[in-house]
Amino acid sequence: MLTAAEKHEIDKAISLVPVRKAAGIEALKVVQDHRRWVSDESLRDVAAYMEMSPEELDSVATFYNMIFRRPVGRHVILLCDSISCWVMGYENIRMHLTKQLGIAYGETTADGRYTLLPNCCLGTCDCAPALMIDHDLYRNLTIDQLDEILKKYE
Amino acid sequence: MEKPLTQHIRADKRPLTLKEYEQVGGYEAVRKVLKEMDPKSVTTLVKESNLRGRGGAGFGTGMKWSFVPLNAPKPKYLVANADEMEPGTFKDRILLESTPHQLIEGMIVAAFAIQADIAYVYLRWAYKTAGHAITRAIEEAKSAGYLGKNILGSGFDLEIHLHTGTGRYMCGEETALLNSLEGKRATPRAKPPFPQVSGLFGRPTIVNNVETFCCLPHIINNGPDWFKQLSRTGDAGTKIYGVSGKVKRPGAWELPMGVTMRELIEEHAGGMQDGLKFRGALPGGASTDFLVEQHLDVKMDYTDVAAAGSRLGTGTLIILDDHTCPVGFVRNLEHFFAQESCGFCTPCREGLPWVEKILTSIDAGEGREEDLQLLNFHTKYLGPGNTFCALAPGAMEPLQSALKYFREDFERHIQDKECSYRGKEVSAVH
Amino acid sequence: MATLYIDNKPYEVQAGKNLLETCLTLGLDLPYFCWHPAMGSVGACRQCAIKVFKDGDDKKGRLVMSCMEPVIDNQRISIKDEEAHEFRGHITEWLMTNHPHDCAVCDEGGSCHLQDMTVMTGHAYRRFQYKKRTHQNQYLGPFINHEMNRCIQCYRCVRFYKDYAGGNDLDVFASKGNVYFGRHEEGVLESEFSGNLTEVCPTGVFTDKTLKQHYTRKWDLTTAPSICQHCSLGCNIIAGERYGKLRSITSRYNGQVNGYFICDRGRFGYEFVNAPGRIRKPLINGQEADKEKVMQALAATLQRGNVIGIGSPRASLQSNFALKTLVGEANFFHGVSDKAHNLSALILRILREGSARTPTMMEVEKADVVFVLGEDLTNTAPMLALAVRQSALQQPLQEVEKLNIPLWNDAAARELMQDQKGPIFIVTTHATKLDDIATESLKMSPSEIAQLGFAVANLLDSTAPADQHLTPYVKNIAQKIADSLSAAKHPVVISGSSCGSEDIIKAAANISWALTKKNTQTGIVLTVPECNSLGLAMIGGRALSSALEAGKAGRAETVIILENDVYRHGVKSEVDEFLKTCAQVVVLDHTITETMHKASVAIPAGSFAESDGVLINNEGRAQRFFQVYEGHTEIQESWRWLLAMSMAMGNSTMMPWKNFDDITRAMVEAELLLKGVDQITPSADFRINGQRVPREPHRYSGRTAILANINVSEPKPPEDTDSPLSYTMEGMRGEPPSTMIPFFWSPGWNSVQSINKYQQEVGGALRGGDPGIRLFEPVEQGSVNYFTTVSEKFVSKEGQLLIVPLYHIFGSEELSARSLSVEQRVPEGYIMVSAKDAIALNVHEKQTLSFDIKGQQYQLPVRLSDTMPSGVAGLPNGLKGLPYVELPAWGILNRA
Ligand SMILES: Cc1cc2nc3c(=O)[nH]c(=O)nc-3n(C[C@H](O)[C@H](O)[C@H](O)COP(=O)(O)O)c2cc1C
Ligand code: SF4
Ligand code: FES
Repeated sequence: MLTAAEKHEIDKAISLVPVRKAAGIEALKVVQDHRRWVSDESLRDVAAYMEMSPEELDSVATFYNMIFRRPVGRHVILLCDSISCWVMGYENIRMHLTKQLGIAYGETTADGRYTLLPNCCLGTCDCAPALMIDHDLYRNLTIDQLDEILKKYE
Repeated sequence: MEKPLTQHIRADKRPLTLKEYEQVGGYEAVRKVLKEMDPKSVTTLVKESNLRGRGGAGFGTGMKWSFVPLNAPKPKYLVANADEMEPGTFKDRILLESTPHQLIEGMIVAAFAIQADIAYVYLRWAYKTAGHAITRAIEEAKSAGYLGKNILGSGFDLEIHLHTGTGRYMCGEETALLNSLEGKRATPRAKPPFPQVSGLFGRPTIVNNVETFCCLPHIINNGPDWFKQLSRTGDAGTKIYGVSGKVKRPGAWELPMGVTMRELIEEHAGGMQDGLKFRGALPGGASTDFLVEQHLDVKMDYTDVAAAGSRLGTGTLIILDDHTCPVGFVRNLEHFFAQESCGFCTPCREGLPWVEKILTSIDAGEGREEDLQLLNFHTKYLGPGNTFCALAPGAMEPLQSALKYFREDFERHIQDKECSYRGKEVSAVH
Repeated sequence: MATLYIDNKPYEVQAGKNLLETCLTLGLDLPYFCWHPAMGSVGACRQCAIKVFKDGDDKKGRLVMSCMEPVIDNQRISIKDEEAHEFRGHITEWLMTNHPHDCAVCDEGGSCHLQDMTVMTGHAYRRFQYKKRTHQNQYLGPFINHEMNRCIQCYRCVRFYKDYAGGNDLDVFASKGNVYFGRHEEGVLESEFSGNLTEVCPTGVFTDKTLKQHYTRKWDLTTAPSICQHCSLGCNIIAGERYGKLRSITSRYNGQVNGYFICDRGRFGYEFVNAPGRIRKPLINGQEADKEKVMQALAATLQRGNVIGIGSPRASLQSNFALKTLVGEANFFHGVSDKAHNLSALILRILREGSARTPTMMEVEKADVVFVLGEDLTNTAPMLALAVRQSALQQPLQEVEKLNIPLWNDAAARELMQDQKGPIFIVTTHATKLDDIATESLKMSPSEIAQLGFAVANLLDSTAPADQHLTPYVKNIAQKIADSLSAAKHPVVISGSSCGSEDIIKAAANISWALTKKNTQTGIVLTVPECNSLGLAMIGGRALSSALEAGKAGRAETVIILENDVYRHGVKSEVDEFLKTCAQVVVLDHTITETMHKASVAIPAGSFAESDGVLINNEGRAQRFFQVYEGHTEIQESWRWLLAMSMAMGNSTMMPWKNFDDITRAMVEAELLLKGVDQITPSADFRINGQRVPREPHRYSGRTAILANINVSEPKPPEDTDSPLSYTMEGMRGEPPSTMIPFFWSPGWNSVQSINKYQQEVGGALRGGDPGIRLFEPVEQGSVNYFTTVSEKFVSKEGQLLIVPLYHIFGSEELSARSLSVEQRVPEGYIMVSAKDAIALNVHEKQTLSFDIKGQQYQLPVRLSDTMPSGVAGLPNGLKGLPYVELPAWGILNRA
């Protein structure tokens, strides 16, 4: 069941496009904003609201990597693994995070606090290496800053 | 040195408010266009200015617009491509975050030229700061009457909406972007028909890059000749260049079109980090061919970079230094491309993962003699026209040039069954 | 026309067509995957690459995808070019990187487009050394097997399922090298056309699950050209047998009837033929008896006289004609209800005497305005629904053409059209699956549907009678429909007998006649209930009720019932009564029906697979089906049994008839309306270079070893005295006449894609013409004699509901519903009630409603409908457990 708040936001997205279906991805994002990820059940609810079949909507949902079709933690760490960050040694950051959090890419910490995902170029290559946690961008990373940064995310 | 696009950016990078923007001449171009010009003459003027698209392909902007049937019934669409996901590229971010009104003004000019009534800014999801800036700027422009119905009493209507992406590099490709805006999978469309004829929702549509739009107000205000003289070469205007990799001062700068690679690296980026030597660079993002030492004096414009065997692309250099493994470098790129393939056409969907696997195995010291042949066959057959869109051909550019310029590195990996760069990398110093 | 140079040889071709299609039409071999002749190009697979040269001097050329390029006059291209050939080989190599190479255990093997293309491109050596990606498969229902690892991502399945057939529960998921084709979650594929996936998929991802139960390679099937028996459209099929079992049905291309596709009822409904309980020897009072004995017994009975015959709308013309001749016209009855009888007669009259022509299904696809009255096409005439779905694109496609986008550029065309459709108008008693493409879809009672129809006709031609009492709303709609129809270039009006309303059919006829006055291109399509309903209507005879009366009058000492379960056509108590009065009940059938249970003499008739015969479809097209294999034990064609009876009793007319051709010739002489039916296919003595046309491909394996465990000397194969086909792989090689193609095969083309090689041009008529002969064309216009308007108006009655018949593609048709796979899709009985009435009656979904119709008691769970008009309710037709009742009829609600 979509909440009233979700429906309201989805309606707004629908109002910006000429056909309802065109707002399908936006609707998924709305639900993800509220629930962190899009479960099969949420997907079916959104599909019904958008007057689409679950297949039609899931086809789109699974195409885009920023729609999470599996559960994620309270905070999603998106580590840039593209070229400039690679040159600047992002792999050290990855190893540190993996060790520190005890999770590999795609996994969520046992306490449900963090999910670690690789991500392509964050568009801040002059300040590599970089990562995003939720909506926040961190650049010019060094290993010793990581623990401080992680602490901010309960 | 004139820097029309960036000169008003505040030191603290806070976006210019409408008022601040107007104080430095903002929206003059809109007034001029709406009050003094007709759509055709705007297009003609832009054609004369020789502005070439800053999204990577360098297609003439005025020319592109001229294919839109002016008398086609509404709606017609205009889209600002702010998806910027080409690895190594971070130029549009600067414009989006700091001077959103400049983009909006450029979009109004373009929309008028093609008589579009609805416009979208297709912004990549990761650009949160830019998202806020643009949302606010659109609101401001609307309340000041630059957007909406009957703009400045001219009878011209335009609405602009912000649309944030949901990930995937393909969304930057203009036809895939349109599919994405339609709420579909971001697979590209066949051309022809071009979006100018059948684009968003089957209507005439123009897609331009953010930087392209930002040039427009200045061209309108100062004329095509002024725009041309900004450049050091035949390709007009200034360009936002960038440098990333192990240089002393990575960054981005607006410079006259046609500065040399050497100037960029040495003067603006402060030269290579201590102890490192320049081995090569991708001149315009991940999908351009390597240029190497012999090309350092190549002028960074569309024509000369092409003559040197690469593409200007987005004009943002990614530097390969002598302590970084070219095989690993290319492996990282091909991993990216294989991940970002949309999966629509065979060569890209199946070829890129194969290339990545070969490179991974060479990098790990498990390569075989035949592997180089296999890589060659991919670079030959994943070329333009063979795949459905330009993603896979782009992916082959760094690979084919790496095989040309750094062949001995590949061969050494295979012979020695190891990577001799391991442990040599200097960790990032800040 | 244009000149195209292919590898330096000039060809005269059509400008604007795409190069791939053009090369294939020229008979050249060029591999492809994502392109499909019925679905056009998208350019995804890149398999069809060729070289294009700027001019004669350009030696280097440029690789292009031939499916995405139009033919340009004087263009030079090369298929043989080394680089192009190499590139095509690499495409296959890429596609095979993740393919499991499991041909040996794959159902597609031997008829696999991927195998064919792999050989054609020359890719033979595997260089990819890494791990393959794997997928999980899904349960997709009783029809389709899913094996995703074999996928080569050509996107044809989703393009067919969604874009072409309008389904929405199959799609493509994920991206990059990981794309997946299937459902959001496991479950039955809902489309009525899902079976076509097995032919559209170029490899073994989607395969026929029913074939899997008794699997045989294509090259080991004995096949014959046949006609689908499960509705009135007459889709062309290929039926395949091995070891005495019917194993699969595939679509047989007919450029006018069904094109490339068939529906799931037609594809999967065949298993009734293999029913374990079928009788294989005649039974006298339940005891097996041999043929001679039965014939002797019957001869005696027949000679006594007082014999009547009951024919069947699902039996061939030949069988019906033989029965009619045996018993004499006065004693021949159609075995359908009065209502069905009258409706068929009415339809026949409209088609024969009216001014509007019945378009072929492929012509319906090109209709630019369609008006459907009263028919739930998806369930009564499924392939016609598919055709209408294509017609919905005709007007939007005109916009595409205006922008010079070639119509074969499928993705581009759809991007431009977006969701534009129509105009299509659908007026039915309840929601139908086709409503999603309707410009306007209205739900009304049958007589209101007819009233609207008459109103439209009157608006088109004021001399057509009108109804005076229409609401402004209906008037308005009628005007809209009339305007749209008059503006159309190729308008088509569709109706039929499924509502059980003569008025609706008459209204449809009036509309089409009114339109022909302005536009001679107007088409009318009327569906009838069964595969030979129209054929039966063409050979004189009275309705079932007359037979029952004959029984009462003591004129039916013996009744011979031909392939007919009379309980499906008459009220149970009356039929019971009738059968009791007959001293001898002789039933010829291939299926154990309720009627068969009452037989004193039961005779094992051949099913369509074991018979030759001719059917007449709703278009008036006479089509031949060929025997696939000889019936086992004593199973043989009904007409052959009837000939044997005539022989035994010494019937002088029939005595000289020995085979199919004899009886067909005699029939054509006796039945005026059937002129030409003997010309559909060559006669049995037809030979090519002295040879027959083999039912088995020459790759057929192990025939001589089939019985080696019993006897190493091979038994003599049966000789076909009824057709020029042979039962073995021996015979002519090459292309048989188009009317008798047992299988599609061409060197290098083992899959169904070989159809290209049999057509005059790709997607056009078969070489030699599409099979079937149309028996009537419209009379000259001007002779229009309009029907008068609605006889009885709908007024809802307190405590009653007007019960209209509903149809189910799986369940309403008798034979297919007995197929094991189809059985799983048949719904339980129910009564559909409008939401409004449900409130008034205080019943909820699934709650039992009890009512009676003409004294028959019903207690059925309620299905609610938001669309059904109040006062009207729906009862599924023909479902097991729901006895026959003539509908529409008033149902009286029993209030407990
Ligand atoms: C795979 C791919 C990704 C692209 N990504 C971007 C992008 O992020 N931003 C952009 O402006 N252009 C991108 N382009 C180029 C666009 O297709 C298009 O050419 C451009 O937006 C046109 O704008 P311009 O004429 O102003 O350069 C990409 C192209 C390809 C093939
Ligand atoms: S080259 Fe093909 S698979 Fe790759 S991104 Fe373009 S269309 Fe998709
Ligand atoms: S058939 Fe031409 S690209 Fe697939």
